[in-house]
Amino acid sequence: MTGPALAAVPLDSASSSPLHFFGYFLDHRSETLGWLWDHTWLSVVPVVVGLLLALPLGWLARRYRWLYPPMMSVSGLLYTIPSIALFVLIPPLLGLDPLTPLQVPIALSLYSTALLVRVVADGLGAVAEETVQAATALGYRPVARFFRVELPIAVPVITAGLRVAIVANVSIVAIAGTIGMSNLGALFDQGFKLSVSEPYYPPIVLGIVLCVLLALVLDGFVVLVSRWLTPWRRAVPS
Amino acid sequence: MIGDTFSWLTDPAHWQSTSFDTGIPGQLGAHVLYSMIALAIALVLALPAGLWIGHTGKATWVVSAANAVRALPTVGLLVLIVVIIAPHFYGRTNAGYLIPTEIVLVLLAVPPILSNAYAGVQNVSPAVRDAAFGMGMTGPQVLSRVEFPNALPLIFSGFRSATLQVIATATIAAYVTLGGLGRFIYDGLAQQDYPQMISGGLLVAALALVADLLLALAQRYTVSPGITGRMRRSDRDGYDVGPRGGPDSRVAVLNEELASEAA
Repeated sequence: MTGPALAAVPLDSASSSPLHFFGYFLDHRSETLGWLWDHTWLSVVPVVVGLLLALPLGWLARRYRWLYPPMMSVSGLLYTIPSIALFVLIPPLLGLDPLTPLQVPIALSLYSTALLVRVVADGLGAVAEETVQAATALGYRPVARFFRVELPIAVPVITAGLRVAIVANVSIVAIAGTIGMSNLGALFDQGFKLSVSEPYYPPIVLGIVLCVLLALVLDGFVVLVSRWLTPWRRAVPS
Repeated sequence: MIGDTFSWLTDPAHWQSTSFDTGIPGQLGAHVLYSMIALAIALVLALPAGLWIGHTGKATWVVSAANAVRALPTVGLLVLIVVIIAPHFYGRTNAGYLIPTEIVLVLLAVPPILSNAYAGVQNVSPAVRDAAFGMGMTGPQVLSRVEFPNALPLIFSGFRSATLQVIATATIAAYVTLGGLGRFIYDGLAQQDYPQMISGGLLVAALALVADLLLALAQRYTVSPGITGRMRRSDRDGYDVGPRGGPDSRVAVLNEELASEAA
């Protein structure tokens, strides 16, 4: 029923049908696109920050084995704290304003780092000892061996972790919308407030659709990058 | 700010319920109650289903379908179901908000429990399973005496992950006007009473940590030491068993995610 029915919906109509979400999008295009953009960078940047922090930390955890258990305990503890609690706890801990918009990226960077440290450490740990010895025998120095042999072999494990982190972030960012942060979660806030007397579905459905699409696109992007970084995996039919 | 939060938390007035305000114990009780109802329902639905799917290898699409639900944004789902259901309840009842919240919490708790029970049974070594059948055990006996105990560490990690997600999301129930510890966060925000908001955050974090710790203890005392490798560490000196079965909830989340991706 999509084509003609949607075209028949006049702009600024008050239709509360769930299927009217596209019309709602057209009516509130600039606002919604702004939220979509905020949601995108809030989901992506913390994962990049997390990866940049997790690579050296994960390497340390492999290099000095005694560091592995305490590092995993700390990151596990961090992951236990519910996101909404972390959002409100970060400003006082860092001495920031209680409503700083920075609390969301900081909290998400902490979650992403906590998740990825383990993934990086385990991914590097899964590199076969024979491979490392072969690389050493070929004349690789430790630093070159790390970047050109061990890290590339760990890429599939690390990207699996990145996919988990990025899809989780899309959902967690929406939670920040309920405490007044500007992202797609604001659509849920709007829909809830417009539904006081009778249900008004369009912003809610629009928010869910855009969140799911964003998660799928970002997930697909990580898969593409992973395939691009590991051309040898396509050469061998499994 | 930290001092203000401390004085808010230690103010005896906040620990008592009046006819206008529910105190910390009251909201804590509500939070625990919402969480336990959802976890109990999810456990009853998902654990037998996951074990059965893992044992028979039938209907594995159910596991993938349950995992697909996880891509949905939790808040959006909560608001949507509240808006659908709440208008059907009138008068002095919070059922219009409680029922949608429980539906969302159950939806969140089912996938980790289901996929981990499934993966746990699936991962039992075929040799062990064949040995059990070879000893003359029937299918249900193999499931309950061999596959279930072997799957228990993964089942626990799924349940712990479900518990953390349910406690976190029950906080958002306060956003749709329900009680629970999230009340302090959203009320504090609305009244610009930041010590109250931060105290709410602290209480939720503390509840999650305590719940995870209790489940970690339960896991330690129910999972057979022959499975966790705790026995081996003592009788084989120097054998590196690695980080197995420790109280690390993040392992639970990741294992469960990776298991679901493999499924």
